Amino acid sequence: MQTADLLPLVLVLAAVAYGFAFMRSRAVAAPLGGIRNLKALPAYYAARAALWCAIPALIILGTWAAFEGKVIQDMVMASLPAELAPQSAGRASLTLSQISNLAAGKLDPAMVPEGISGAATLLQELREQSSQFKTLLVILIAVLGGTFAWTQVAPQINARKSVERTLQRLFFVCAAVAILTTIGIVFSVIFETFRFFEKVPVSEFLFGTSWSPQTALRADQIGSEGAFGIIPLFTGTLMISAIALLIAVPVGLLSAVYLSEYASPMVRSVVKPLLEMLAGVPTVVYGFFAALTVAPFIRDLALALGLEASSQSALAAGLVMGIMIIPFVSSLSDDVINAVPRTLRDGSLALGATQSETMKNVIFPAALPGIMGGILLAASRAIGETMIVVMAAGLAANLTANPLDSVTTVTVQIVTLLTGDQEFDSAKTLAAFALGMMLFIVTLLLNVIALKVVRKYREQYD
Amino acid sequence: MGTTINTIPKTMNPTAIKETAMPEADPINAPVERPADTVIEEGKTVGIPFSDDPKFKLRDVEVFYGETRAIKNISLDIARNEVIAFIGPSGCGKSTFLRCLNRMNDSIDSCRIKGSLLLDGQNIYDSKRDVVELRARVGMVFQKPNPFPKSIYDNVAYGPRIHGLANRKSDLDDIVENSLRKAGLWNEVKDRLDAMATGMSGGQQQRLCIARAIAVSPEVVLMDEPCSALDPIATARIEELIAEMSESYTIVIVTHSMQQAARVSNRTAYFHLGHLVEVNDTSKVFTTPEHELTESYITGRFG
Repeated sequence: MQTADLLPLVLVLAAVAYGFAFMRSRAVAAPLGGIRNLKALPAYYAARAALWCAIPALIILGTWAAFEGKVIQDMVMASLPAELAPQSAGRASLTLSQISNLAAGKLDPAMVPEGISGAATLLQELREQSSQFKTLLVILIAVLGGTFAWTQVAPQINARKSVERTLQRLFFVCAAVAILTTIGIVFSVIFETFRFFEKVPVSEFLFGTSWSPQTALRADQIGSEGAFGIIPLFTGTLMISAIALLIAVPVGLLSAVYLSEYASPMVRSVVKPLLEMLAGVPTVVYGFFAALTVAPFIRDLALALGLEASSQSALAAGLVMGIMIIPFVSSLSDDVINAVPRTLRDGSLALGATQSETMKNVIFPAALPGIMGGILLAASRAIGETMIVVMAAGLAANLTANPLDSVTTVTVQIVTLLTGDQEFDSAKTLAAFALGMMLFIVTLLLNVIALKVVRKYREQYD
Repeated sequence: MGTTINTIPKTMNPTAIKETAMPEADPINAPVERPADTVIEEGKTVGIPFSDDPKFKLRDVEVFYGETRAIKNISLDIARNEVIAFIGPSGCGKSTFLRCLNRMNDSIDSCRIKGSLLLDGQNIYDSKRDVVELRARVGMVFQKPNPFPKSIYDNVAYGPRIHGLANRKSDLDDIVENSLRKAGLWNEVKDRLDAMATGMSGGQQQRLCIARAIAVSPEVVLMDEPCSALDPIATARIEELIAEMSESYTIVIVTHSMQQAARVSNRTAYFHLGHLVEVNDTSKVFTTPEHELTESYITGRFG
């Protein structure tokens, strides 16, 4: 049986164990005068049996699935006659794919040497044996585990406690998965970044003012050397993000104030979801809105004013991105403004302050940490946003301060570096990892700074 | 303070004192038992509800929360420079009634108010009335101390700044110092005016709130259970303060503590289920109440 079939089988066995243990715990309790004389409710004994049945079996299944392929491969390769034994890693993988294709019947046996077809037969046999053995073992473990827990159903066993402990571990494992994944991502990026810095010096990467990552694929090809200076990318990113925040912060904040302080409940119940819907529009839709509607409009407007403007501009991308991140600011700000205690509001109003004075002098300072959080979230979103920029701001890495020029951002360059044909050890590809690393560091720094600022200036209420 | 406690009637037994001293009766202990034969006649208040020199002249006041009638046809005068205490069981409408006097109910959407409420002969609820000006004249102190999360100085200076009461920094300093002195807080905080107000003790915070309220020179100060979140020592301090303030302000205080009402007020109004049952001189209310319900309440038979 395959792993995919075994999984439901184990669950069925666990369910059976649950049912049996449940019945047994009731049976045990009956002569004692009811379930109150057990240390735990029947459901806990049942859950304990189900866990005993499922968890060891699943662990075996997982381990088996993880190592099965590798072990069989090694055994097959070892069985090859000496003259067919591969010399290099590339050869080995070629031979291996020949063998497995043969075993799967995709390859004609007449086309390969004798030894290879022998290995293919072995591979087939080993796979079948492994599968049978795995099935037997998993079922056996599951049944044994379930039976053990079933025999253990007794008044003095505290099943409630052991279920609690197991669940605790399960939660820990879930949390660990998320954390380990993050750590894994960071490390993979770090290693590739180091490989990149072996090819391109750090100083050139950090302080170079020109970005054109086109390197020659082969030594005899005529091509540019490639320039990897990230300054134009970061100025582009910062400019677009700054424009976006200039739009989103005032609009978002003031609409949050309106929603929380002035709007009637009816208006609020309509406007707030509508505003939040802005965050649900796919970025690609924003992208073509920016590229096809806003960018030409800005160009025409600039031309009418006698200004030079390119058809793709940082301004267009920034404006549309600003609209996109309004809900991040408004929704979070609205929540924190509402969370400011009513007593503070009343205290200010009772002194004869108007609503807007109360807002400005009391509520806003008290809500500042939360509002900063919202702005920060919006800023990270703006820095990481890609789609709108690809479409509306262009790919040209211009080092410019003119928002009417086309610029490009870090994220856009990562996309262009990693799409299309590529080699995985060229500086061009590895540059993407270095850029990702820089982006990660910058966002992290922003977070740290903002946290410090918030901690310093917050007006705490209890 | 020790001498005024004698005004508490002898009819009160020790258990009654214990019960009624509780700041906020919880729902389980809410009034369950009341003389079944007592009928409250709407709009009928026994005692002396009216005055010759009223600061507030309140007639036929009704307050609705949505469909619920929270205040039922109350008429009352609040005299100039008197201290009047509102007492009554939880949910009887005394806080609601208090909040009508500076229109703090405005911020509750479902709240409607009927009747005539005059402050110095002018209608409080006139559509042309400036709420901001009204609230500057009628200050308020709340149940829970609610200092702004700012420095002590900024808390007191908040009102004067908004209303432009000081032309120079030194004027503002004077206002802050005077207000803090009147609230009996100056000596405790004069060296740390820049410290956060939220770091003070509960009693200090409440006195700061009083200082903040009197910094805008109001004519009336409304107090909504100002001591219910404080310990006995802080309470005694605030009661002294109320006695001092009564010379220059009209004070309306809502309280759950009958001893407190007896100690600080000139007149006492007893509210019951949205009705104003009895108003009279405090000594009279606590020694010889005229209405059966008042008597039941002050002797601790319910509430």
